[in-house]
Amino acid sequence: MTTLSAENATDQPAPTPAETSRKPKPRGRDIRAGYAFLAPWLLGFFLLTAGPMVASLYLAFTKYNLFGAPEWIGVANFTRLLADPDYLKAWQVTGVYVLIGTPVKLIAALAVAMLLNTKYRGKSFYRSAFYAPSLVGASVSIAIVWKAMFIDRGPVDTVQQFFGFPAGGWVGQPERTMPMLVLLTVWQFGAPMVIFLAGLKQVPAELYEAAACDGAGPWRRFTTITVPMLSPVLFFNLLLETIHAFQIFNSAYIISSGTGGPARSTLFYTLYLYFRGFRDFQMGYASAMAWVLVVVIGIVTVIFFRSSKLWVHYSGESR
Amino acid sequence: MSTATFDTATTSRVDLAQSAKLHKQAVARSRAKATLFHVLVCVVLVVVLYPAAWMIISAFKPSADIIGNVSLWPTHGSLRNFTKALGGIGGVSFWTFFQNSVILAVGSVVGITLSCSVTAYAFARINFPGRNVFFTLMIGTLLLPFHVVIIPQYILFNTLGLVNTFVPLLIGKFLAADAFFVFLMVQFMRNLPRELDEAARIDGAGHLRIFTSIMLPLMKPALVTSSIFAFIWSWNDFFGPLLYLKSPELYTLPIALRLFVDQTSVSDYGAQMAMAVLALVPVLLFFLVFQRYLVEGVATQGLKG
Repeated sequence: MTTLSAENATDQPAPTPAETSRKPKPRGRDIRAGYAFLAPWLLGFFLLTAGPMVASLYLAFTKYNLFGAPEWIGVANFTRLLADPDYLKAWQVTGVYVLIGTPVKLIAALAVAMLLNTKYRGKSFYRSAFYAPSLVGASVSIAIVWKAMFIDRGPVDTVQQFFGFPAGGWVGQPERTMPMLVLLTVWQFGAPMVIFLAGLKQVPAELYEAAACDGAGPWRRFTTITVPMLSPVLFFNLLLETIHAFQIFNSAYIISSGTGGPARSTLFYTLYLYFRGFRDFQMGYASAMAWVLVVVIGIVTVIFFRSSKLWVHYSGESR
Repeated sequence: MSTATFDTATTSRVDLAQSAKLHKQAVARSRAKATLFHVLVCVVLVVVLYPAAWMIISAFKPSADIIGNVSLWPTHGSLRNFTKALGGIGGVSFWTFFQNSVILAVGSVVGITLSCSVTAYAFARINFPGRNVFFTLMIGTLLLPFHVVIIPQYILFNTLGLVNTFVPLLIGKFLAADAFFVFLMVQFMRNLPRELDEAARIDGAGHLRIFTSIMLPLMKPALVTSSIFAFIWSWNDFFGPLLYLKSPELYTLPIALRLFVDQTSVSDYGAQMAMAVLALVPVLLFFLVFQRYLVEGVATQGLKG
């Protein structure tokens, strides 16, 4: 999970003399076989990823509507972005979602993982049950259910009235759509929870025992043992969940009936990109938006990796 | 301490009584802890499962019963919602959408199993120049937001006249574009003993032979996990079909579902829930049958749901 290089150190022992003397012959065969096996991926990579990336970088500096030739307009798309109120709104909506949704979801995931990291029976049943929402959460079906649950006089409305909160459905109220979507992502805490659980299992029990002997309370044990020991897993979850949160589309599209409304409150970045690119066919403008997103996510990723040196603790054997 | 052990019998009896009391206290405490655990877990379970339960039960209720009613139990249950949902949309049968979803999901599974296993073998087992560079690029695509490629991809498929066909939705699966699955299989293959292919190689087997008769059979668990995820992700995919499928006869269930919601009168939540349930049935079945594979896949590979 954490090894992102092509070779583990253990994977490739230094070639022994016997090996090197055996190697020369199959070498050419290896090269041919390597590229033959890699051919589908190489084709896909250049045709569907690298080529399109270059193309969209070019399109970002043009005006293009799918008909006729792209017209070079320099940085005009980017200057237009800065003055586009809808675009700025899209950043605001997406930013709030990333900054609130991701931490809340991960805190929920960690809390439930710690609850489940015990000796009691039924653990694996609960683990599976809690994971289930992650599997279906981004589907259209669940978005429709979510919308229906938060309508006027729907179940959520009825419960909130019972507790004395002001009545009214959440769907039509701009200030309530964000909490709705944050709740939907928090509901899918299962996937990071399963990863946290796998990490918690790796923490040696002796550490807790030793700390308890030294008189450390539960909170202190959590901050001085659990968090540092779990930090690689925490890092992994935080990075993946953040990158995913930037790209939310399905739920926002369905809940707003494909409008980004009410009052642009669900105009997420990808939604606005979709509108510009595939509804208005401003493909140059949408490409510029896509590249800004790539750069921002790239910067966020770099910040995560840089900062990880300060707070992510790798135990001796795993790099 | 050392003198205390030579004390009279009476004090040791007191010690015994005290330790029994302590033991009783500890039992009570651990029982309280167990109770607390089960209560907390059940609360989480209710919160997590309520939306699913509400969806399924609402599907059996008349719409008038859904609004203004928290209780789960239907007072007058009926299958009317399902007949309405199965009736299809605008002359296209529900089963057409279902069939399209199945074709795409099965196509994805086949494509991903074939292309990703071959790619993973190249990365994990063959030594050739450029491998590390390509591997790094592959990992890079894992983190790349796909929005940066969709516009040129759309232009490409549009130029080739492939919009409104299944080709744009399947071609990436056959070209190992899903880096997650490649990564999963590479990780799995690295843990297989190298002696096996060394032995086969000494016996004169080439890479193709080693791959098909040694690696593939051993990789079964990884292939099963990938297949399940590939099926479910394809089944739930909304953005791809939204972009590329224009005529209703080609719609998959999620797109049809969206159209259904837009077309039915706003208040007909019962029929919407029925169709939402129908669209999720295969995923739920997969989950019930394969949940161990799914959860293990997430736990070991950090795969997303």
